[in-house]
Amino acid sequence: MNDLLAARTQMALSLGFHIVFAEIGIAMPLLMVLAEWRWRRTGDPALRELAHRWAKGTAILFAVGAVSGTVLSFELGLLWPGFMRLAGPLIGMPFSLEGFAFFLEAIFLGVYLYGWERVSPRMHLGAGLIVAASGATSAVFVVMVNAWMNTPVGYRLAANGALADIDPLLAMRSPAAFQQILHMLLASYAATGLAVAGVHALMLLRGRGSALHRHALTIALVIGAPAAVLQPLSGDISARVVATTQPVKLAALEGQWETVRGAPLRVGGWPDAAREETRWALEIPHGLSLLAYHDPDARVQGLRDVARADRPPVAVVHLAFQVMVALGSAMALVALAAGWAALRRGQVHERRWLLLALAVVAPFGYLATEAGWIVTEVGRQPWVVQGLMRTEDAVTPMPGLIVPMLLFTLLYLFLGAIVVALMTSLVRETRPA
Amino acid sequence: MSALLAGAGLQELAALVLVVGLNAYVLTGGADFGGGVWDLLAWGPRRAAQRALIARSIGPIWEANHVWLVLVVVVLFTAFPAVFATLGIVLHVPLSLMLLGIVLRGSSFVFRSYGTSGGAGRARWGRVFAISSVITPLMLGICVGAIASGAVGAAAQRLPARGSVPAPSFRELFVDPWLAPFPVAVGAMALAMFAFLAAVYLAAATRDEKLRGDFRRRAIGANVALFVVSFAALWLAGSEAPEVRHALMHGPAVALQGAIAIAAVSSLGALAARRHPLARAAAAAQVTLILWGWVVVQYPMLLPPLHTVRSAAAPEVTLRLLALALGGGAVVLLPSLAYLYRTFARVEERGVDAAGRGAPGGP
Repeated sequence: MNDLLAARTQMALSLGFHIVFAEIGIAMPLLMVLAEWRWRRTGDPALRELAHRWAKGTAILFAVGAVSGTVLSFELGLLWPGFMRLAGPLIGMPFSLEGFAFFLEAIFLGVYLYGWERVSPRMHLGAGLIVAASGATSAVFVVMVNAWMNTPVGYRLAANGALADIDPLLAMRSPAAFQQILHMLLASYAATGLAVAGVHALMLLRGRGSALHRHALTIALVIGAPAAVLQPLSGDISARVVATTQPVKLAALEGQWETVRGAPLRVGGWPDAAREETRWALEIPHGLSLLAYHDPDARVQGLRDVARADRPPVAVVHLAFQVMVALGSAMALVALAAGWAALRRGQVHERRWLLLALAVVAPFGYLATEAGWIVTEVGRQPWVVQGLMRTEDAVTPMPGLIVPMLLFTLLYLFLGAIVVALMTSLVRETRPA
Repeated sequence: MSALLAGAGLQELAALVLVVGLNAYVLTGGADFGGGVWDLLAWGPRRAAQRALIARSIGPIWEANHVWLVLVVVVLFTAFPAVFATLGIVLHVPLSLMLLGIVLRGSSFVFRSYGTSGGAGRARWGRVFAISSVITPLMLGICVGAIASGAVGAAAQRLPARGSVPAPSFRELFVDPWLAPFPVAVGAMALAMFAFLAAVYLAAATRDEKLRGDFRRRAIGANVALFVVSFAALWLAGSEAPEVRHALMHGPAVALQGAIAIAAVSSLGALAARRHPLARAAAAAQVTLILWGWVVVQYPMLLPPLHTVRSAAAPEVTLRLLALALGGGAVVLLPSLAYLYRTFARVEERGVDAAGRGAPGGP
């Protein structure tokens, strides 16, 4: 493994690890505040127990998210000093604002977790709401930076290769920013809402502590289900922005080699980079042109029109895209079914098939998120900043990068295993509710 | 400091924010790491109570305190991207080890606090928490020492252009700049400093006289250790960082050293007189002055001998926006922090349970 690949692997792993905790940090405080609010309104002890248990889970997951996020901020310099030297002044702005959002999140999470008996009920709920809001705000700022990497704006390239006439505020509003932020926020609520719903559905199927799990299921679905239903629509917006701003990425995620009018939509299939064709795909005529441009005869650029050195690894991107869409569609369907059941009878938890379906899709949101990040990050290769800087020019000159990569891999595997074990025992705790 | 900032512009303002942020991190987050050091060194009949007090004290605030470090990093790469890039390259190894400490310290602390495992599991996490609390301050200090000595800047100047041969060896570029006596002595200074702060804060945070005595003695011991390693660092600077040593012995740094001595004597005196709030203030002043000593010695260099504050600064527009963001952020941040600290000012009011569980939320 060469140094560039080791650095990319370490960054991918760090992001892939952190993103799960980031999504939880965005959505979980909202669930926890809703449970507490319902408890304060109704006085139901099961809701009180639920709020406390969710807070306990959030405490563990938030801490792991906070430290793994810190690793990322350092890795920008440890692995990609070339990128930071070039882009730091332009993209530092959203990172600085994110710093303050993170501050508020950590401060009021401390107040929330340790303040049950120290602050007034109103202040306690308020602290939880601030945590939820600043978590979402953090995501907005961080995704702004990634959007800029996909669709860089707000600079002029000077003769010496540096950026001149920079406009950091414009860089925050790059063309991909809105759709990426929307997609990420919906992903956070959908993934976490349905994951929590799935876990409690499983507990209901096993007939444990039913009052607590019934409340949990309802609250998690109230947040997760609408987000899961809206996510495919946000995906449509994303695809259209990618089509116009990153045509090569679009071609890679669809496995489109030829430049044609009326390109088909491919379901499945394996893009063969050597033969420059995608085989064994189910092709829906005109589907891609229709979806990406809302015009069945729109012209779609193919990968053959791009120099080989400028193409991303097509198979990975295409496969990840298929996985993301499949998982997201399944989540949307189950969410719709849950909504339908709730409207018809108002009793989601009495339908075993629905509980079973929720339990099955529980991990889908996080898997889809990982797949989605593979699509957007690998799909941008070989660029770290689209059309501006190649990833190989951003990497640190330090050799032997395989060592830190392995070290952090082991660390994250270890932490991941511990967190899973802790969460499992937390969920299984059967205190009477 | 007025002489230092004569003719100051946005560049100096950004550098000032870096130092103030680092100062806040040292006084808050640093003390949290110091708490971990005392967890490692907990001994005597009140071992469990010492650990419980530490857990109770840092529980609600360590995550917020930690964000100061993130803020420093963010301001550094926004305002001085070239310096951030160079530090990331040359100090890759100690910074990675520092991160390892940060990750393990934070995770093990919550695993211990909230885990459902029994006493043995908690003791194991406590061990990880304590050991990683030593690694991070040590590495942070080592990085500071390596920067101040000029070794990082010198190594950066020798970084080979892509593909050029013969290149200096891995050791010369990526190990020697920081794994040397002077940076290691500064690392030991950071460790002693954080442990000192933690012991002083902990003594002030409890009303249990015996526990107070434990941490008072530890605070005095840590301050003596800090004195010893500081002198070792000064002596080592003679050969490894002669410019640092020269600057420390002349000009404004001499007055600063006098102030440090006064603060050190005051904190020791206040500890001996059992005036804990005063000791806390004096300890914070002492540590703050030591940090500013580094700043005074190095200014206007940001990464000696490579970059000054001016030469490494980002374009004006970035600095202006950053100043606005920091000003706006401070308006929200400072009252929130004050609220947090006020809410949890006295950890002992609810007592600590003997098992050392800092876990909240139970009825």
